[in-house]
Amino acid sequence: MHETVEILQSEEVGKGVRTLRFEYHHKVSPGQFFMVWLPGVDEIPMSASYCEGRKGITVKDVGPATRSLCNLRSGDRIGIRGPYGHGYTLHDGRILAVGGGTGMASLLPAVEAIGDPSRVDVAIGARNVSELLFIDRAKAASKNVRTSTDDGTNGLKGTAVDLVADMLSKERYDLVLACGPEKMLFYLLPLLRKHNVRCELSLERYMKCGAGLCGSCALDEKRVCVDGPVFTGEQAQTMIDFGKFRRNEAGQQIKL
Amino acid sequence: MSSLQVDVAGVRLKNPTMLASGMVGETGGSLLSVAAAGAGALVTKSIGMEPRNGYGNPTLVELEDGYVNAMGLPGPGIDDFRTEMEVAKNGNVPIIGSIFASSAKDFALLSSKMEEYGASAVELNLSCPHAHGYGMEMGIDPEVVSAIVKECKDSVSIPVFAKLTPNTHRLVEVGRAVEKAGGDAVVAINTLKAMAISVEFRRPVLSNRFGGLSGPAVKPVGLRCVFDLYAALEIPVIGVGGIETWRDALEYIMAGASAVQIGSAIGRRGIGVFSEITTGLERYVEQDRCGNIQGLVGVAHEHA
Repeated sequence: MHETVEILQSEEVGKGVRTLRFEYHHKVSPGQFFMVWLPGVDEIPMSASYCEGRKGITVKDVGPATRSLCNLRSGDRIGIRGPYGHGYTLHDGRILAVGGGTGMASLLPAVEAIGDPSRVDVAIGARNVSELLFIDRAKAASKNVRTSTDDGTNGLKGTAVDLVADMLSKERYDLVLACGPEKMLFYLLPLLRKHNVRCELSLERYMKCGAGLCGSCALDEKRVCVDGPVFTGEQAQTMIDFGKFRRNEAGQQIKL
Repeated sequence: MSSLQVDVAGVRLKNPTMLASGMVGETGGSLLSVAAAGAGALVTKSIGMEPRNGYGNPTLVELEDGYVNAMGLPGPGIDDFRTEMEVAKNGNVPIIGSIFASSAKDFALLSSKMEEYGASAVELNLSCPHAHGYGMEMGIDPEVVSAIVKECKDSVSIPVFAKLTPNTHRLVEVGRAVEKAGGDAVVAINTLKAMAISVEFRRPVLSNRFGGLSGPAVKPVGLRCVFDLYAALEIPVIGVGGIETWRDALEYIMAGASAVQIGSAIGRRGIGVFSEITTGLERYVEQDRCGNIQGLVGVAHEHA
């Protein structure tokens, strides 16, 4: 059953992107997600963008449910269940976190949980400067934060994958954590294989129950909600649908 | 012959556990994952004539001892399901095609499609408690059930199973109607019609308001239904409802179930539940020296 929580803070963190904070007294690991219920509107999966203390989600206004979430203010209430899924494993060694667009929301808690700014670098990509998320937060947790924008308005002009290629030519990493559009992850994977770097990728599929039952988030033989959303590069490599197909609400295969 | 092998209306299973319909089995890949987890057979998600999105969220309420769900029969429709079946067949486990329709004619058409796709049997969803015009609305009427089963039997040569609803006082009558119409087995039970209300928001939680209760909470009801059906019918009964352990499975088998289906436990216990149950059953059969699991079907009736 959902737990009803009160929004304690709603803050704009990027163009059309807001972070909502609330008290939810359950252990949440970086990379896990909540099912967020807006009575009368919808219930949608949202990555935890804050896992310690006051929990949080970061929402981009892309549809009716996310718009309603973005319109919430302090004192409004929502229903939360979870956390669900399998998050990032925080290995030893040098780590590079790669976030595209709102993918940063799921990654930042992992970067902070590593707890050593010299051990983790961050690559943030977006279409333009107004969509770059959490730069200050990343800089507080990492000594080396770099950005890329498709239009060159900030950092390297190009994609997050271009940025990672540049960083890999200068630094050696033991593990890459990545979250962002699937096409970005799809092109990131062969680059990382070429450099022989292991990775963990947070993937997304249309989701109904969130709890491993209904199968609507099936990705090959995996259920994104319980087997993921974070998968290893080795797992993603073997997935036929990864980077190629998603499924719609009816479970029909659709080209990505 | 392995001690757990069972024969259900001519469908041979390596063990008596089956994936219940509605859980996971909407795609070929997810059916394969349950085959790999050790299920003796796979029942697909109920497939209809057309693609269907199902209900909006929330579609699931998690309770301490079960779930209330109202997915709303989402699915790709029978035409697109061909490719999923092709993938699922690589699991080398019998696949039972679950289908739903609003008329006997459509049920028959879906049945023959499932046969064509390689299903070992079809399971008629006469019991979904929350889809208007489908499922339980038809499955509580013995005459309607009889007409549907007859039409399907005339259309296919594979066995026809009917999944029944517990939301009726006419359960045994419906079971007899299935048998009389030539049905090869009954599956009991589907979920119990139920709901959940948010006290804080003062409204039903499910977008459809009503859903179906499953999980350990319904096990005693399922057991009673299986026990009644076994006593009344000659055709096999497949038991389903709240099975999470080998002991739960044995309760159903002793009540009269030739095989058991597992659904909610996949969410509550994980997909390893199939091998946990079969390992437990194997050990029981060995220690009991009862030879094989089939010998235990319905033994509780000796004391009834």
